[in-house]
Amino acid sequence: MEQFVMAAVTILIGVFGCICYFFLSNMALDRLYPASGPMAGANINRANQIRPWLFMFPALALLTVYLVYPVFVSIYLSFMDAEGDNFVGAANYIWLINDDKFRESMFNNLLWLVFVPAASTLFGLIAAAVTDRIRWGNFAKAMIFMPMAISFVGAAVIWKLVYEYRPDGQEQIGILNAVWTNMGGEAQTWLTSPVINSFLLMIVLVWIQTGFAMVILSAALRGIPEETIEASILDGASPLQIFMKIKVPQIWGTILVVWTTITITVLKVFDIVLTMTNGQWGTQVLANLMFDWMFRGNDTGRASTAAIIIMLMVTPIMIWNIRNAAREAR
Amino acid sequence: MDNIVGTKSRLVWAVNLCALALVVLWTFPTFGLLVSSFRDRDQISASGWWKAMFPAEASVQYRAAGPDTAVLKDGLYVLEGNIFDGGPGKVTAFGTSIREPGAHLVNEPVVTDAGETVAVLANGDFTITSPTAMEGGRGMRIFATSVTPARFTFENYGRVLGAEGLGRAFLNTLTVSIPATVIPILVAAFAAYALAWMEFPGRALIVALVVGLLVVPLQLALIPLLKLHNDIGIGKNYIGIWLAHTGFGLPLAIYLLRNYMIGLPREIIESARVDGATDFQIFLKIILPLSFPALASFAIFQFLWTWNDLLVALVFLGNSADQLVMTGQLKNLMGSRGGDWEILATSAFVTIAVPLVVFFAMQKYLVRGLLAGSVK
Repeated sequence: MEQFVMAAVTILIGVFGCICYFFLSNMALDRLYPASGPMAGANINRANQIRPWLFMFPALALLTVYLVYPVFVSIYLSFMDAEGDNFVGAANYIWLINDDKFRESMFNNLLWLVFVPAASTLFGLIAAAVTDRIRWGNFAKAMIFMPMAISFVGAAVIWKLVYEYRPDGQEQIGILNAVWTNMGGEAQTWLTSPVINSFLLMIVLVWIQTGFAMVILSAALRGIPEETIEASILDGASPLQIFMKIKVPQIWGTILVVWTTITITVLKVFDIVLTMTNGQWGTQVLANLMFDWMFRGNDTGRASTAAIIIMLMVTPIMIWNIRNAAREAR
Repeated sequence: MDNIVGTKSRLVWAVNLCALALVVLWTFPTFGLLVSSFRDRDQISASGWWKAMFPAEASVQYRAAGPDTAVLKDGLYVLEGNIFDGGPGKVTAFGTSIREPGAHLVNEPVVTDAGETVAVLANGDFTITSPTAMEGGRGMRIFATSVTPARFTFENYGRVLGAEGLGRAFLNTLTVSIPATVIPILVAAFAAYALAWMEFPGRALIVALVVGLLVVPLQLALIPLLKLHNDIGIGKNYIGIWLAHTGFGLPLAIYLLRNYMIGLPREIIESARVDGATDFQIFLKIILPLSFPALASFAIFQFLWTWNDLLVALVFLGNSADQLVMTGQLKNLMGSRGGDWEILATSAFVTIAVPLVVFFAMQKYLVRGLLAGSVK
């Protein structure tokens, strides 16, 4: 109960504090540079120069402390030893390059980077194309979109049940093994067989992300000018041709956006691996490696180095995003 | 062009089937979890959840009462009982040794090596008769193959919410996500207004910074912030996680809200300025009410994200009962109760229930937010 009181009080303080801050700081500014008297013109100008910063101050402060400052501290820590006390030069990076688990993580991350965005975008595109053409499309969309609301841990439980293994002779309760044994295969412990287990983890993320791809791509498909489609119908194009040669080329930009957004999610994937295999049996990924070194290894140097590698992999997309946003603003 | 009508109907069929296949594939796993959460432990290990609707065949093992409880009837020592203890079920076959649990059909009495006659009826009633006094300290074991009708139970939910600590974790998750959703909205709204409707040098730079920060991996922020929180005395606490979620959610909040606000009609804002409204008044009385859809979109995002988050909670909150959130509890259960699917399925369903309700109720805003939020 006490906890709820605390939460409620925090909400009140937060909301009330925010309003007070904005209100009082604005009032103070108006007092300082009143929009009247002999200096009115100059005062208004000066107040208008300061006011935006008053509006932005809390956000900028939080962004700086919670996102900008950690980037620099992480870079600094990656050159320090396990406790963050002594400078060790590039030792962490050299260790990382020679570490088997890191190489495995890099390899797996690359697999994830290729497979998950490609599969999610492809399935999303198919789902968008078919659900736009049927009467129960909205229901179908909601069903495919639903996994977006499910936590990664919840999804991990759902799919672990799918992959569940029972020894031969017992009734299989995982659907994958049930289908597999029905087709004449031998029951497998799927999650411990290397390479295939990584793909089974990826399927979980594909399952979650397809809905996202579908929603965005469906909106893009509906935004295509009718004339181009009508013209192609008149020219005798088949539905498949219309889709592949008229519609898809027109939404390339959106496909790229979907692809990069999913790529970023993939680079940060952590919960699924942690809860389903914890990086064992050859499924380690960078984010989980970082977490391992942070909590189990208690080595802030190595953990920060792993985090920096993730950051480096995100950076090209970040630059691309910023350039796109800048171009749009112009 | 000779058969355009026919082709069309075939295409419609193909499209419908394709959509159906996708929907089934995408809902099947979740549905399995839901069904499993209503089955008890024995049912889950006896058969796959897809068989839950049908009567289940299971093997039952029952130990009869001790020999000393046998009663003398017409010169025979008799022991009676029911292997289902009176519950529902239908025996199809039974046996007296573990090696042959289904050796005999019901209604066919068997004589064991010890000279005892065992008979089992379809409803589970059994009688053990012996011409001499029965010996041994413990009762005889009877094995039976039984068919139990489809049965669902709510027991798992009670157990998970109470004994497994998920009820408490539910409250903790609520404690984390509500403030972490409410606080960033106001902070971001003011900043978004400044970035959308106020002229000042450096504006483009800050917008670029916000877009850049959208993709900064959380992993980078964990160690420095944990150190910072420990240094300034927040430690592992709710205050810490509220602040962290606020900070991490701000770039998306500012980005979404600014994109929305910049699309509001310029005339409204300018005429308000001409009428002498201050920026503060314009923001509070015009911009904020008009931006409701964008605010709702962000609120849903942030709520789903904070509710479903595991990483931030693992780092910024402790592992004690009063701080463990549901995702963390579920992760612990996966470790400690790896094979107890009735517990896992039910716990998982409890954790995803609230997001699913929010999702279905507010899907419109979620879609709108997604469309606005993906960097174009």
